[in-house]
Formats: sequence, structure tokens, C-alpha cells
Amino acid sequence: MVKSTSKDAQDLFRSLHSAYSATPTNLKIIDLYVVFAVFTALIQVLYMALVGSFPFNSFLSGVLSCIGTAVLAVCLRIQVNKENKEFKDLAPERAFADFVLCNLVLHLVIINFLG
Amino acid sequence: MARGLVRFLVSLLAVSICGAASVFQPISDSHRSAALDVFVPVDGSYKSLEEANEALKTLEILGIDKKSDLSSVTCENVVKVFASPSSTLKDAFYALSVNGILKCKSGGDVPKDIVSKLQAGVKDAKLLLDFYYSVRGLVLVKEQFSGTDISLGDAEAVFRSIKALSQSDGRWRYSSNNPESSTFAAGLAFETLAGVISLAPSEIDQSLIQTLKTGILKLFDSIQKYGDGTFYFDESEGPISTTASVIRGLTSFAASESTGLDLPGDKIVGLAKFFLGVGIPGDAKDFFNQIDALACLEDNRFSVPLILSLPSTVISLTKKEPLKVKVSTVLGSKAPALSVKLAQALSSGSKGSSVINNLELKFDADTATYFLDSFPKNFDVGTYTFVFEILLDESANGKAYVTEAQTKVPIAATGAITIENAEIAVLDSDVGSVESQKKLDLTKDGAVSLSANHLQKLRLSYQLTTPLGHVFKPHQAFLKLKHESQVEHIFLVKTSGKKSELVLDFLGLVEKLYYLSGKYEIQLTIGDTSMENSLLSNIGHLELDLPERPEKAARPPLQPTDPYSRYGPKAEISHIFRVPEKLPAKQLSLVFLGLIVLPFIGFLIGLTRLGVNIKSFPSSVGAATSALLFHGGIGAVLLLYVLFWVKLDLFTTLKALSLLGVFLLFVGHRTLSHLAAASNKLKSA
Repeated sequence: MVKSTSKDAQDLFRSLHSAYSATPTNLKIIDLYVVFAVFTALIQVLYMALVGSFPFNSFLSGVLSCIGTAVLAVCLRIQVNKENKEFKDLAPERAFADFVLCNLVLHLVIINFLG
Repeated sequence: MARGLVRFLVSLLAVSICGAASVFQPISDSHRSAALDVFVPVDGSYKSLEEANEALKTLEILGIDKKSDLSSVTCENVVKVFASPSSTLKDAFYALSVNGILKCKSGGDVPKDIVSKLQAGVKDAKLLLDFYYSVRGLVLVKEQFSGTDISLGDAEAVFRSIKALSQSDGRWRYSSNNPESSTFAAGLAFETLAGVISLAPSEIDQSLIQTLKTGILKLFDSIQKYGDGTFYFDESEGPISTTASVIRGLTSFAASESTGLDLPGDKIVGLAKFFLGVGIPGDAKDFFNQIDALACLEDNRFSVPLILSLPSTVISLTKKEPLKVKVSTVLGSKAPALSVKLAQALSSGSKGSSVINNLELKFDADTATYFLDSFPKNFDVGTYTFVFEILLDESANGKAYVTEAQTKVPIAATGAITIENAEIAVLDSDVGSVESQKKLDLTKDGAVSLSANHLQKLRLSYQLTTPLGHVFKPHQAFLKLKHESQVEHIFLVKTSGKKSELVLDFLGLVEKLYYLSGKYEIQLTIGDTSMENSLLSNIGHLELDLPERPEKAARPPLQPTDPYSRYGPKAEISHIFRVPEKLPAKQLSLVFLGLIVLPFIGFLIGLTRLGVNIKSFPSSVGAATSALLFHGGIGAVLLLYVLFWVKLDLFTTLKALSLLGVFLLFVGHRTLSHLAAASNKLKSA
């Protein structure tokens, strides 16, 4: 039975992988960006776990910067995705401009809170 | 009514406190030097002619010549008043008075305007003060300027109109409208009436003058006195001013009157003693009134008081110096021939009986003092009241002198007291037997060392005898025990019978001594006014053993701290700072810095794997520039954020950001709209 479950997992993974390959490149870029941001956040949390949260504001600032930018990237992905019927009328350039603007505002606040 | 009651109580208090014995000194050089301090002109002149008059008159009476400094400015003021037609009667009067002292104008140089003003003033006067200034002013003109024939036209009428302001009790009113009367006004009235009499061309009716004399004697009924025999008049102006005004008035009246004025002698002496008892006044007006009144008493037609004074009231039986007595007038001038007798010497202890009776004092013509050089054999140390009597030599006296019937003076007779049989002992309390006994020499400090516990007693005894062999009881006889912690206790040594003794029973004193055991210093103090060899002697030490202090017993009081320790530098304060947080090791932080960079590198690698390209970068110049500017703008904003973190503050950042943001908006719109147009074209194509 273990063999069948592991075979099932492999099949599942393969099918996901092939489905994912069908997505357009720009969406993949955004996904990669999100993964990068989350990894950076995780490393920061690991550091804090080791060293202690002494300048807590700095820790929060760093982590929320990564998480914030990841969230904004997800929003961008939703808006740019052609299969999403809700945002059919929204130009992707417009969504990108919103993404850039929101990131800039987020990073201003983050830099201020960094201390 | 209330004022009278208060005054009665004050005089009652004065009687009880002062008693009847006191010494009055005539005016001396200390008065003269004080006068120079009190009468100080401001910027070379006095504030008003009235003050200038007071100052100059006082200095003249005291014989101090300061006229040269002040005459120029003051004379200017005097001449100004003489020349001005608008000067008042008061100004004219004081100007004339100052002129009399400084002699700015004299001889035939009569100020005619002033004379006519004063004469008009006499005619028109209704108030007492107007009469006073005008009549006295005319008297001064007559004295100072020759060749003037000043006389009052209708002298009797003027006399009567002034007399109309008098009252039955001897006081005077200032005006006929105002019912308030005052003794001060009475003095002014006497002076004015004296002036009228002296300026009258013919004799004034004697009956008028007689009623005035009765009025004067009535005024003397309202005289007040203190317990030490001084008399004075008191009013709202104050006793010194009021009494001086009355004396001035009486003197001028007696001088102008031919039949003489008879005033009670004891009251005149009392008035003289009042002014001498004032001492040296600090106020210029009081000083002037005091000296002026004394000058009037010095030389008058009714009776001149003589004052008996003693330069020193202490007789030292060891030095054997004579007791000196001076008799003089109030201003210190020589008295006529007289003899002084010591009627009695009353000892303060024994009441009534006198040690000395009717001893005549010898006269030393060189120093003009009377002295007593030999005292009877039974004259012992102590405090006495000497009663002096003065007998005037009636033979050739131009003036009528008057003295006190008896002058009582407190005298202290001092001598060396012998101290014998002084000893200190520690006794066992129950039996009374002597444990240790030491003889003492109280004339010098000793080094006696005793020890006692709380069951024993300490006994100190000595004998004091006067030079005549009587037992002496001193005013102060204290024994002080001082513990090494500076706590002190004082006990009185009582004299009874033949000797003085103090017994300290430590059993009863344990609580008073605060249960402090240890070394106590013993100090004995004996003193008295009649004792020339008063002593303070450190007898030695006492080692005292007392039981332990129980819980409830009182603690010894805190002794005053050493001032050097209280005001010296205080202990150093060690501040406790917040412990800084523990920072992680540097290497760990650097390792994680490296780890953070890893996802970014992974991102870049992933991008290349995906086949990222910049094919849609616009190629036309306009679009390319705006695209470049767009990316440059974003980079600039990020750089601004880095600068913000490193050194800028929020406000400069926001300012720069707003500028960059506007630029970025504009450029971004251009680029993105170009890209959108390009993609639309692709879609439609």
C-alpha cells in the first residue's frame, strides 16, 4: 500500500507540474517573486528565533516588508491573469502601475519603522 | 478714655519694673557727635527752612560750628523768601529764625516786605498758628535788625483774641471753629503771648496776665509721670514735641514777664529728667526738641534744674577708689556752690536699715566732682541703693536753682570672695560613708579622677566668705556634667547656713542622665555681680557606671552636628544605568546577511531559467527615454529610501518623495500607455 501511495503522490506531482507549465510566463515570474519574498521572510524569522527579538520594530519591519510585497504581487497576479473574468476590462499595465505605487508606499512605511 | 487707661497701665508697669532708682546723665560729647550724624544735609542744604532752622539751632546749642558748610545755600533760600511777595507767614518766620543764626542779613538791611506782611498777618489772624508766626516773626525782626521800631498797635486786643482760644483746663484750641484742644497748642500760645507782651508799647493789663498764670498752673495738672520721677506732657504729637513746646512757651513767657512765674520745682526737675532720659534720639525733630527744651531749662527765669550723675556706679573694695559724683546743669555746665550728702546706703538684702548715714562728700575743685573716699568698716560687698541729698548754698545766686529732694542711685559694691574647704566626694548611698574624697583648689583647673556607679552619690561642697567674713550666696552656682557624647546636664549648688553643697544621688538621676555610662567632665561655675573673682573651673572627670537602658526609656537628644560635616562634600552617588541589551555575535549576523542574499540569487537564477527578456523595451527614442526615466525614477526612489534610513528625516524624505513621485507618475504614465498601445496593436493585428 505504501508503494501505491508514493506512486499516487508522484503522479499527482507530475500532473501538477504539467498543468503549471501551461501558465503564461509573466505569471510564473510573479510566482517566483512571491516565493523569493516568502523565503526571505522565513530566513528573518529563523534569525530572530536564534538571536532574540531585541529590536522588535526592526524584525517586524523586515518581515512585514517581505510579506507585504508578496501580498501585492499576488494581487497583481490576480489582476493580470487572463482567465480571471472579474478583471477582464482592466489593462495589465494599469495593474502593474498600481503594484509599483503600492510597493513604493509600503517601503516608505517600512523604512520609517525600521529605525 | 482707652488711651488714658493704656497709659495708666503702662505707667503702672513702669513703676513695677523701673522702681525708684535710676541714673540720669547730662548732655555730653556723645550727643554732640550723634548730632553730626542726625542732622545731615542733603546735597549741601536742608529740605525746608523749618528743618534748616531745627538743625542750625541744635548745632548752635551744642556748640558745634558747621555753619560755614551750609550758610551759602541756606542763605540763598532765606534771601529768596525775603524777596518773594508770595511767601507765607510760616516761611517768613522760619527764614527769620535761620537768619538769626546765620546772619545772612542784619543791621539796617530790613526786609520791608516781610515786616509789612507780618504786621498785616497780626491784624488779620484768626488761627493760633497765624498769630504765632506773625507775632514771633516780628519779635525776631526786632532782635535782628536795628533801626526798626516795631510795636503792636493794639496789643491788648491781640492778647485778648489769642486768649479767647484758651480753655478752662489750661489747653488751647487752634481755631475758634475747631473744638479740639491740645497741650502743644498751649505751648505755642504761651510763646505768642510772650511775644505780644514784649512788643507792646505800653504795659498790658495785669489781670490778663494773672489769668494766664492761673491757666499755666492748670495745665500742670494734666502733667503725666513715669515711676522713675520723670514728668512729661503727652498729646497726639508725641511726648517729646508736646513737652518741648510747653517748656519753650513757659521760658519765653517768664522772660517777657516782669513779675515772675512760679512753677513747682519738682515738676521742673522731672521735666529735665524726662528729656535726659530720652537718650540720643534718632529722629531729627525729636533731637531738636530735646536739645531746645534742655536749653530752655538751662537758662530760664523760673527755676534751673540741677542733675546729679555718677560716672561709675560700681565701688570696688579691692581697688579702694573713691566714689565720684557730679552735679551740673542739664547741658553739662557748672553748678553753683552746693554740698552733697550721702543720706543713706540701703542694702538690697536687709530692708530699711542703712549701713551709712549722713556722710558728707568732699569737693574737688579741679574736676568739679564730689567724692567719697572712705567707707565705714561694716560696708560689705553687695548691691545697695545710695540716697543722695543736695543742699544749695543760698548765699549769692543770680538764678533760682532747683534739685530733686532725694536722688536714689543703685550701686554695686564688689570685692574678692574667698573660697575655702572645697572638696568633692563619692558616697555610698545607704550607709553614707565616704568612698573617695578629694580636696579641690577651685582657682585653677584640676585633674581629679573619680568613679561611681548608680548606687552611689556625688557630693560637692565649699564655703564662700566676703572680705568682712560673712557668708556669701552667689547668684550663679552651677555644676555641669558633660558626657563624652556631648550631652550636658546642669545642676544648681545651693547655699544654706555656712556652706554651699550639692549632693547628686545617681539612683534617682539615672533616667535624667539617659542611662549613658562613661566618662563625664565636671565643670563648676560660680558668679555674681559683687564677686570680682568669678570662676569657671574644670574640676576633673567622673567615670560613671549606669545600668543598661530599658526599651521604653528616652533617648538622649541629638547633639548639633559639626558644621563642617554638614556643609562639606557629600558621598559619591553611584548611578544605576539600564543594562544594555545583549547583542548577538557579529559573525552570526554576517552569516545571516549572507543567507538573506541567497533567495535573491535564487530569484535571479529562476528568472533566467524562465527565459526572461526585455524584447518589449521600446525602440523609438521618445518612448525609450521615458522608459529609461521610469526605471531611473524607481531606482531614485529606492535610493531615497536608503538615504532616509541612513541619515535623512521623514520630512525631507517626504518632500523629495513628493517631487520624485510627481515625476514618476508622469513618466510612468507615458511608458505604460505606450506599452498598452503596443500590446493593443498586437492584439488587433
